Amino acid sequence: MAAGNGPWMGAGLTEVGGAVLEVRDLACLRVERAVIAGLSFRVAAGSAVLLTGANGAGKSTLLRLLAGLLRPAEGAILWRGEDVAADPGAHAARLRYLAHQDAVKPALTVAENLDFFARLWGGDVAPALAALGLEALAELPGRVLSSGQKRRLALARLALAPAPLWLLDEPTTGLDAASVERLRPLLAAHRAAGGIVLAATHIPLPIEDAEELRL
Amino acid sequence: MTAFLALLGREVRLALRHPADTLAAVLFFVIVAALFPFGVGPAPETLARIAPGALLAAALLAALLPLDRMFGADAEDGTLDQLLVSGLPRAGIAGAKALAHWITTGWPLMAATPVAAAMLNLPVEAWGTAIAALALATALLSLLGTAGAALTLGARRGGVLLPLLVLPLAIPAVIFGAAAIEAAGAGLSPAPFLLLLGAGVSLAVPLAPLAAGAALTGD
Repeated sequence: MAAGNGPWMGAGLTEVGGAVLEVRDLACLRVERAVIAGLSFRVAAGSAVLLTGANGAGKSTLLRLLAGLLRPAEGAILWRGEDVAADPGAHAARLRYLAHQDAVKPALTVAENLDFFARLWGGDVAPALAALGLEALAELPGRVLSSGQKRRLALARLALAPAPLWLLDEPTTGLDAASVERLRPLLAAHRAAGGIVLAATHIPLPIEDAEELRL
Repeated sequence: MTAFLALLGREVRLALRHPADTLAAVLFFVIVAALFPFGVGPAPETLARIAPGALLAAALLAALLPLDRMFGADAEDGTLDQLLVSGLPRAGIAGAKALAHWITTGWPLMAATPVAAAMLNLPVEAWGTAIAALALATALLSLLGTAGAALTLGARRGGVLLPLLVLPLAIPAVIFGAAAIEAAGAGLSPAPFLLLLGAGVSLAVPLAPLAAGAALTGD
């Protein structure tokens, strides 16, 4: 990863050719206020980037920009040199976005909740549930889950089918230590396959040699 | 197409798990139809005269009821964000929502039409036409309503704004639907009016989801 600004410039610098995801001069306005301005960085395949910064620093906004849910006021997001805004469908197909909300439907069972996403992306429900230790809860309706169990169900979407870009907003909120540990093999396998992780977090994630981007 | 069917299947399944919403719309329809005999008096001729318009108006109002939660529930629990990054085009999301609304609200209203028609003393010969007219009118309302629901998503008092946006656009559905039922009751062919109503639906099938999709954003 290479930085265009900030104190971490030069840390883990990647050749331009090696970068998969590139953010160029990004700016975003929220209610007339610039939350992100002049942000540039590059991420190579297999890298993990932890987004840190105070509340309101723009971590979630950056993830929503990268997911294509917000439009940048200035600048561009490039995937292998091509602007992602040119083909939103292709960009959506390559990313998984874990938001603050878990997107768990209370009326559907755990398996049915995940099955909907399996139909969108492919992959099998049972191994994904097992990866997050949810097998025993498969037939329970979403409304009886605790907040940590809902979070695990949201994280199980990552285990369904591979996608090269993971955008995680506070992935470990509400998780117990054992569940946080369950993320380690998931994250490692994703990176070993050349996937990129960008995670906004306050809590250390079970992830080796991640780089930090302070917003 | 797989994603469209997956979303449609999920919407219908959610409606089956919460039958109260559908039931409320059907009961609302029957009760509004039952109010007319009290208001205009039980004279059979008077009732039969107002029956076509009353049926259409009651059905459209009933079909409006579930609309303000159409996107609201998904926006609150984060599902809408997941749908927007699912790779399904935004117009496709809106199209699946509109079709699901028609299946879960329009079809039950069609099934309840004979009950409401009997209370309004509509001639039995016109019942078939009434069901056909309601099928087309509720389909049009599902499409227009989806666009309205997407536009008012996140707006303060969106639930009040929605009928004000959608009902004026549904006036043609009332005119042609009522005219079709009236023609059938008088022993004439309802086909021209039903065809005009069908033309309205055909126009809305591509346009309304596009409008709704443009209004759906991640903001």
